[in-house]
Order: sequence, then C-alpha cells, then structure tokens
Amino acid sequence: MSDVKETSITVEVVYRGIFQKTLAQRICRSIVLAARKRGHTGTAFARYGDSPERNGVPAKQFAVVAINNLELEASMAKYEPAVVDVTIAVDDTLVKGVESWAWYGRQPIWKPIRKDGFLLVTSTNTPDEVLAQTDTALRPYTLVIVPGGASFAGLWVFKDDHTDYRCLGALAKVSPDWVRLEDVKALIKEQTKDDGAVQSAQYGYDGAKLRPVKAGEGTSGHEVLQFEKPGWTTMRPGIIVNARKPGERNPQYKKYGARTLRPVVNFDTCIKCTMCWLDRPDECFEVTPEGHYEVVYQACIGCGICAQVCPVKDCIVMVDELKFEDHEDKWQFWKKDHDGYNKWFETKSGVSANPQVRTPPARQEGSGNANPSANPTSASGGDD
Amino acid sequence: MAVQVKEREHQDVETEQLMSGCEAIAEAIRLADVDVMAAYPIRPYDGVMQAAAKLIANGKMDVEYIVADGEHSQFEIVKHACAVGSRVFVGSSGVGWFYAFEAIAVTAGLRLPVVAICGNRALDDPGAFGTEHNDSLAVRDLGWLLPWAETAQEAMDLALMAWRVGEDKRVSLPVAIGLDGAFLTHSQQIVKIPTQAAVNKFLPKFDLGDRLLHPDNPITIAPQVDQDWLMEIRMQNDQAMRKAHDVISEAHAHFKELFGRGGDSPFLDEYMTDDAEYVVFGQGTLALPMKVAIRRLRKEGHKVGLVRLKWFRPFPTQEIVKSLSRFKAVGVIDRDYSFGSPYYGGVLYNEVRSALYSLDKRPTIVGFIAGLGGREIEQPMATDIFEKTKAAAGDIKSGDTCHWIGVRS
Ligand code: SF4
Ligand code: SF4
Repeated sequence: MSDVKETSITVEVVYRGIFQKTLAQRICRSIVLAARKRGHTGTAFARYGDSPERNGVPAKQFAVVAINNLELEASMAKYEPAVVDVTIAVDDTLVKGVESWAWYGRQPIWKPIRKDGFLLVTSTNTPDEVLAQTDTALRPYTLVIVPGGASFAGLWVFKDDHTDYRCLGALAKVSPDWVRLEDVKALIKEQTKDDGAVQSAQYGYDGAKLRPVKAGEGTSGHEVLQFEKPGWTTMRPGIIVNARKPGERNPQYKKYGARTLRPVVNFDTCIKCTMCWLDRPDECFEVTPEGHYEVVYQACIGCGICAQVCPVKDCIVMVDELKFEDHEDKWQFWKKDHDGYNKWFETKSGVSANPQVRTPPARQEGSGNANPSANPTSASGGDD
Repeated sequence: MAVQVKEREHQDVETEQLMSGCEAIAEAIRLADVDVMAAYPIRPYDGVMQAAAKLIANGKMDVEYIVADGEHSQFEIVKHACAVGSRVFVGSSGVGWFYAFEAIAVTAGLRLPVVAICGNRALDDPGAFGTEHNDSLAVRDLGWLLPWAETAQEAMDLALMAWRVGEDKRVSLPVAIGLDGAFLTHSQQIVKIPTQAAVNKFLPKFDLGDRLLHPDNPITIAPQVDQDWLMEIRMQNDQAMRKAHDVISEAHAHFKELFGRGGDSPFLDEYMTDDAEYVVFGQGTLALPMKVAIRRLRKEGHKVGLVRLKWFRPFPTQEIVKSLSRFKAVGVIDRDYSFGSPYYGGVLYNEVRSALYSLDKRPTIVGFIAGLGGREIEQPMATDIFEKTKAAAGDIKSGDTCHWIGVRS
C-alpha cells in the first residue's frame, strides 16, 4: 500500500447535479466532522467549475481529513484533488463515466483513485453487474457496493432516506483509521437524535459488499473522449470557439453522461404527433425519413420530457441507464429487424411492444418518475 | 447620401476651421467613415453627440447613430456592432463611463477594437463637470489603449490613429482617448481638417477576418470557460498590448508622412528638455500652462522643461526611462489621485517611479496633485511645482512625497 499517505485522506463524492447536491454536501461535511471527533482536522469543498444546478450533470464534492492543520494545507486552495483515496458514487450509473460540465471529456470513474484505493457505489445491483459497466481498471482498487438505490431530490428539498448515513458507515469500514464507526454514529446521534439514523450507518457498515478489482477488469466498451486544453498560441484570439453548424453536434461534449434513465421508443405505436420533438430540451432527436423521432443517444440527457409528453401509453419508456452498453441510435435496428427490435424494447423496458397487450406497470424502481426533480418524495431534513 | 459624398469628394481639400475638441472628434468620425456610433448624454461627452448629430443632420455624414438608454447599453451596442464588422465610435465621461464599466471590461477581453473618447470629468460625488483623469484611468488594467490629447488638433489626429492601431490585426484592442473636459472638449481652436483621400490612405477598411460574427462564419464569441482557460486568454491580450507599441510607432510614422504632424516621438512630447535639469511630467491640457511657466522661468535662468505623455497604455516604459534618466529631478503632475496608494500619490507618479526603479542612476521623482475637478493651473502654482521639484533634486528620498498644489486649507 505504498500510495497510502499517513498524514491525510482524500474522499471525493461524485453525484448528479442538483438531485444530489445536498446529499454530497452532507456526506463530505459529516466525514470531516466525524474525523474531528478523534482529533483530526479537515476541509470540505465542491469542485468550483461544476455546475451543480444542472439536472443530472456529474459533479464532485470532496472531503479531506488530516492529522493536523499543517498537513491539511496541501489540500487547501484546490479545485479538485488529482488523487483520492476513496471515491463515493451516489448513483451507480455514474460508473459509466464522469463528464463534467466543462469540456474535459468522459473520464473513468476510478481515474483519480490511487492504487488500492476504494470505489464506493450506492446500488441495488451486484458488484459484478456494476463492474461490468465500469471502465477497465488500470490499477487495482476495491469496489464497494453500498446497499440502496440512487437517492434523488430537488433544489430546495433533501430526501432523507439515510443514504448519507449508509455511505458513512461503509466508509468507516474501508477507512477505519480515519473515520471510525463509533464517531460516525455519535455524530449522527448528535445531529438527528434518531436511533434509526444511527442504525442506518451500522447497516451501511455491515451491508457493504467488497469486491477487489484487479487491473484489467471492467469494460472497454465506453467511448474514449479526450479534450486538449488549448494554449495561448493555439487558442483563437478574442475568446472565440468554432460554433456548430445547423444539425451538427458538439464532437467533444457528449451529453449522455448526465443520464440516469434513457428513453426507449416503440416505433410501432408512435403516431408521429411531434410532441416529443417539440418539447425536447435540445437537439436530441433526428427525424427519420418516415417521420418517426429517433433518440440520438449521444445527445440525450435523459430528462424524460419526451416520455412525459408522449400521448401514447408506453410508446416512450424511461429505462435504467445501467442496462445499456452503447449509445447507438436504434431506428435502423427497428427498420432492419422489426421483431428483434421489439424484443429488445420489451426486454429493456419491461413493457409489451404490442399495444394490444397491456402489461401491468412492472417497471423497475425509479423509471416511473422520469424527471426526479419533478416529484421529490420527501421534504424532510433538508437543512445541513 | 451619394450626392453628399460626391460633393465632399469635389471639395476634397484640406481646410482649417475653428472648432472644439468634441467637434474635431466628430470630424474624425466622418473622415473614418464610422458605421455605428452610440450616444447617451453626459457632459462633456455630449459635445461629441451634438457635433456628430449636426453633421448627420446637415447631410455631411452617414453613420448609424444610436441613442441608447444608458451608458452600459451604449457600450454594449458598439461592442456587438464591432463584432459583426462595423467600425464604431462611442464615449462617455465621469460616472457615465463607470456605469458602462462591465461592458468596457468585456470589450477589451473580446479584443474588439471599439474606439471611444472619455471626456475626462471628475467622478461624482460631488457633481462637478471639470476635468480629472480618474475616469479614464480606472480602465488602465483592462486592456484598453489609452492616449491623451493636448489640443483639438491632437484629439482628431489621435482618433484617426485609434482606428488604425486598434483595428490592426496584431493589436485588435479597444482605444479610449482621454480628452480634458472643458479645456479641450468645449474650447474652440484652429484645427486642420485633412482630405478624405489622405485619410483613406492612412486608414484601411476595417476587417475582422475570421473573427467576424456572420452566419457564413459560425463562431461563438465569449463562451463560458472553465477557470483554467483564463490565464491563456490574459496572455493573448498581453501579447496584443505589447505589439501595440510597435504598431503605434508604425502608424505614427505614416501619419507624419501623410499629414506632417505628430511630433518626433509617438509617445512623448518633449518641450525645452535639451539642456533641462528639472522637468515636469504629465498628460493632457495641463501641459499648456506649464509651458507658459517654462518660458517664464527660463528667462530667469532656470533650466526647466516638460515631458508630456501621449499614450498611457501601452505605457512607453523604455522611452520614459530614456528620457527621464537625463534629468536631476522630475515632478510628476497627476490630474488624478489614488487614495491610499504608495506615498499617497497619483497614478502617473507611481507608474513612473516603478518604471525607473531598476536604474542605477535615477532622478528624484516627486509627485504633485494638481488641477483636480478641473481647477485651473495658475502660474504661481506652476512656479511652486518647479521650485519643489528643484528642491527635491539630489535627495532621492525627498521624492517620497506628493504635494497637493493650490488646495485651500
Ligand atoms: S429524455 Fe427525451 S426529451 Fe430528454 S433529452 Fe432524452 S430524448 Fe430528449
Ligand atoms: S410524442 Fe410519442 S407518439 Fe408523438 S411523435 Fe413522439 S414518440 Fe411518436
């Protein structure tokens, strides 16, 4: 464990813009406050260049704990630590890659994690299912599944479903030298006076599933997106960038990184009413020669508006992003292999492609509420 | 407009007219064939507004003249017009200039060669129309080129220089000409108006090249960038400002050749300095009473002179070092003040001292705050300035003082 620093630990929380901003902040603050209980000091901050007010956009917050103020200084006045000991991803679809609001391209979730560090992911999936969507590891780390689905809230509300306590419990399991379970519990007890909340930390500790990942494990299926930052001699003068021509999409900045759910379309039942296309937030559709509206998965941010406005039941269904490997458009698939496509549609969406067959609403959790911010389930415990 | 243009060509001979600095600027707008100008009244800038409106009303000039709803809009209008390829003119004064400040800052950031005048006026409060340079000087760190004029003739000449230098692709920066309110903006002097043909030779058509905002050239100007782009952008602007020095020299040489005016140096105007031991240094119209004093004091045997700064940005550091290191003492007169600055001095004073800091042998540089709010510099004040400058010679530390001149106790 040569990369381990004796004097400080850095934890990053990767979260989805706005829906989880308060959650990430609570986790980072609690890490510092729990470590304080045993005499450590620390700092908590958000990546300043992020736009955490944008729905679904991957963003980061950090907690650094150190043995004293002098050791902490190296981690202060920073936007983003280059190396972290632990990453906590509070939505498992983030393992498909993190693309910030700025133009730096999609990056593997493990990119800043040091050798033999930890990747904590809140998920209802198994470690191997999550690993199957994580970029091929270049160095070993340990994947830790924290039990529970992604907790999404809105701008002014916080969904107090104990995700933060479970994450803190799991962190205490992998970094007991820095964040002790008894300190976490004491802090939560102090803050909430709620034994159930304290129990959730214990549950996170006990229920965390550790899966060592060797270099080479993971998927190589994700697109590599790199962006070269220009120098003063290569930049265009006058703060000018090339604009997109009509119909052209940004080759550097793909928006799919913001997606937790993706729309799948039943082209058989589509009545070509244009509603999805009219209400879309961006250039996320192509019009096919036959007048269908084909989702461009490179550009779709998963906002769910198309599914909300589509007048035909189950014509557009929002499905967990972790169920998909690619970002290919699907209309050609449907054209070439009608039955094959419809089977694919049914497998992914869990609803029948045949309008005559009315499947009971058996969608997986979360997909019924396409836009999480539109319907936060709880308004309690919002302040921190 | 074709008729008038023809008429003008027909009469294309150099003329001489009695006109104010503001009217001289309006003539420059006509001669430069400006496409868009934006106006909002504040004294003394409104002198240009009125003079330009008169030229348009009389059919002598064809320019898109937009009266804005405030100074901020005024500067935004020309910034945008410039981005789509228009040659533009704008201006303001005092607190009006400050009201436009955000637009002023972004114009330089975007490298758009807007040409402005700042009709220098004391900042409110108290409301006083007279001249003080703190309005122009507030933009000194933003990337605007800042020339200062002494006479109405120089105002016109500097305006023509401003489009030439600012629009040069090596520079592409905005220019704000400092014109002392009242003394220069509103006093009439004899001005030579050059021929259109000569101006056309001096001033090429404005061409933004591939930075032109046009549907055929899809670009995004001023996108939001992450924090780690900023230093490179600042560096680009710095390079442009550095290049401006040579471009000004080039333009000055060409101007002299075509019009026979402009003095020896594009940056400094030296008066009776050949054998001078004590000089004063300053900018704008305060040079005029100081020259009167110099002639008077020389009759009494004092070896005194004046160095007038014509371009504050880019600051002609080498030229200033070369010039001022010849003297025993330099009195820097600021028609501005920087509260709480080193030695409680003016802006020019501290910049000049900084420029000369690394010289082995440097003159004593002593500061004077004079003529604030447009107070006239009277002869006893000028004498006082020279006496104090002379007294400071030989003792470099005595320059660590700024004297307020002509202030009532
Ligand atoms: S979910 Fe639908 S409306 Fe929203 S971005 Fe994707 S395709 Fe467009
Ligand atoms: S809203 Fe639904 S039915 Fe209408 S065009 Fe879009 S997919 Fe087809």
